[in-house]
Amino acid sequence: MQFLQILIDGFAISSLYGLGAIGFTLIFGVSGVLNLSHGALMVTAAVIAWAAAGSLHTGPYLGALAGVAASVAMAFATYLLVVRPIQSSRRIPREEKEIFVLTGTLLWGIMLQEAIAYLFTSNPKTVLPLVPGVVSILGVRTPAQEILTAVLSWAAIGLLWLLVNRTRRGKVLLAASINPRGLTLLGFELSEIYLFVWGLYGLLAGLAGVLLGAFLGVSSDNVGTLTASAFSIVVLGGLGSVSGSLIGAYIVGYLETITAYVVSPSIRTIPVLLLLVLAVYVRPQGLMGRR
Amino acid sequence: MKRTPERILALAALAMSVGAPLVARAADPIKIGVIAEVSSISGAAIPQAAKLAADEINAAGGVNGRMIEIVEYDDHNSAADAVRAFQRAANQDKVHAVIASYVSEVVLALEPWSGRLKLPMITPGAASDVISQRVHDDYDHLKYTFHGYLASTFLADSVCDGLKVTGVNTLHMKTAVVMSEDAAWTIPLDAEYLKCLPKIGIQVLDHIRLSPDTTDFTPIFNKIEGLKPDVIVTGISHVGVQPTVQWHDQQVPIPMIGISSQATTSTFYKDTNGATEGVIYQTVSAPEVAVTPKMIPFTNAFVKRYGVTPAYCGYTSYDQVYYIADAIKRAGSTDPDKLVDALEKTSWSGTIGKVEFYGRESPFTHAMKVSPEYVSGLLVQWQGGKQMTVWPSEIANAKMVFPAFVKLPGK
Repeated sequence: MQFLQILIDGFAISSLYGLGAIGFTLIFGVSGVLNLSHGALMVTAAVIAWAAAGSLHTGPYLGALAGVAASVAMAFATYLLVVRPIQSSRRIPREEKEIFVLTGTLLWGIMLQEAIAYLFTSNPKTVLPLVPGVVSILGVRTPAQEILTAVLSWAAIGLLWLLVNRTRRGKVLLAASINPRGLTLLGFELSEIYLFVWGLYGLLAGLAGVLLGAFLGVSSDNVGTLTASAFSIVVLGGLGSVSGSLIGAYIVGYLETITAYVVSPSIRTIPVLLLLVLAVYVRPQGLMGRR
Repeated sequence: MKRTPERILALAALAMSVGAPLVARAADPIKIGVIAEVSSISGAAIPQAAKLAADEINAAGGVNGRMIEIVEYDDHNSAADAVRAFQRAANQDKVHAVIASYVSEVVLALEPWSGRLKLPMITPGAASDVISQRVHDDYDHLKYTFHGYLASTFLADSVCDGLKVTGVNTLHMKTAVVMSEDAAWTIPLDAEYLKCLPKIGIQVLDHIRLSPDTTDFTPIFNKIEGLKPDVIVTGISHVGVQPTVQWHDQQVPIPMIGISSQATTSTFYKDTNGATEGVIYQTVSAPEVAVTPKMIPFTNAFVKRYGVTPAYCGYTSYDQVYYIADAIKRAGSTDPDKLVDALEKTSWSGTIGKVEFYGRESPFTHAMKVSPEYVSGLLVQWQGGKQMTVWPSEIANAKMVFPAFVKLPGK
């Protein structure tokens, strides 16, 4: 019974982790940016969805849409206000740009976190579930929202796979991650591709944020943890590798769930951190890393 | 004779020059520092309620003609920030008393500073017994600290008293699991729960302390459900929204009764999307029950000004501004030692009851007296989006109602 419970809960949380991390890895793969405001984007989406549904009475679906839209808007803002000015600045030496982007996005994330705490307080918010009620899976009482979380996460991941592998637009993305200079030589506008990928990233992070808000609830205090968890998953899976991130998400999700059920919920994240340290020693490029 | 008017003028000038500082001093405001975590709903109620009280006192002429000025500090729920704020309040802003925090860890960090800087401090919401134990053990140094909210032991006793009537007598509960967050205030709370629950005839099946960082409570509820208790007795304050929503969404069939500080705020219903329906929490104040004649007028004034009902620490903070002002009036001075003496003699009928403090001989020195005669607890249940009082029966305005997924003993 407990085995089945771990299987179900672990699957739902891992799918959500996968969805959250996949956007993070995509942005790194295509534009070389490690966005440390990732958690803030997810929390923005959840809080806006909560506020829209609660204060404007839009209902759960419109609220969720508003949350995702807010995340897309914030992703564009992150790119246009923080990342691009640093990348195009002539006064920052080329070899220091990455560290500037890291610092810039980290500070941007803190600014967003403080703004959310100021406007909506730091109390946790829970997004209205899109589907209420519980379903019994072989005797395990599972909230319907938890099942929907897994289904929607995988649907989004599946759509992303189709986009990257089956459409022209997606193939351009793939090319940009492999050889951006080659792509510009073929006449593609890199800045346009970057805008597209940031929009896509906002969509993925927003969806992950809204689903997390409905599944477990989020507060502005979670910003750092969410960024750290996406970072751990991506490092474990291999920076820039989408399939690696998915495998990483499942390892992290199940390791956390097993720890919480079998040992204690209080030390839930500790084995993951130990694993991460081990991974950096033994296989620094990550499971599927190519850099 | 010719010179007389000049002499009178000179005398008048002399009198004025001597009197001037006296006049200016009488008009100097009485400054009360308020240190709280402003970005949380409960924390924000502390300065909000204090300002409301100060405005009322000032509108009625102040204290012997002196106006009350509230000086606010945000401690971001950090002990280090709170200590810096306290030092600034004492050394730079020269406040005369401080109302500080609803977090025991923060108050315990401030307590020695209150002693060192000789600045009287009252907490409106922290609960740890250690606050008043320290005053008892080192009175000469730490007498400047007052515990203006129920100590954890009294909170646990109040829950047990209420549970005896509601849970044992009415619902025939026999077993419980104690579920508390890991924090300073729950150490004495849990110790008392484990003592008082068996006394009212409830067997404690397990005692779970959870990390305040927990986001997924499924494993905890799962474990509790496996033990099949009749009730979950809670001790939560730093967490609130997430366990409540997950309890509801996962349809955990066991009622939750106990301390749940966040549930005392009126926004909790919205924050949890209504998942708090059926949750019963202990408190000393309810928005619609006249525990004292001052409670409802204060609640209404607070709602009118801030749009939400005050959290539990709003009631205490409001009363504290009043009884600090009263103590200054009685002491005839803002001298810290005289103010402490006057505060010790406080007997103030406030919003939550009659406030008096235990003396030096009590192990709870400077903690608020708790009994039906002074301040005592209520059990309030969220019903249809409203906070309804279900115990004590003399003032209850509703009967207990639980959501359909909760299975009561014997049903």
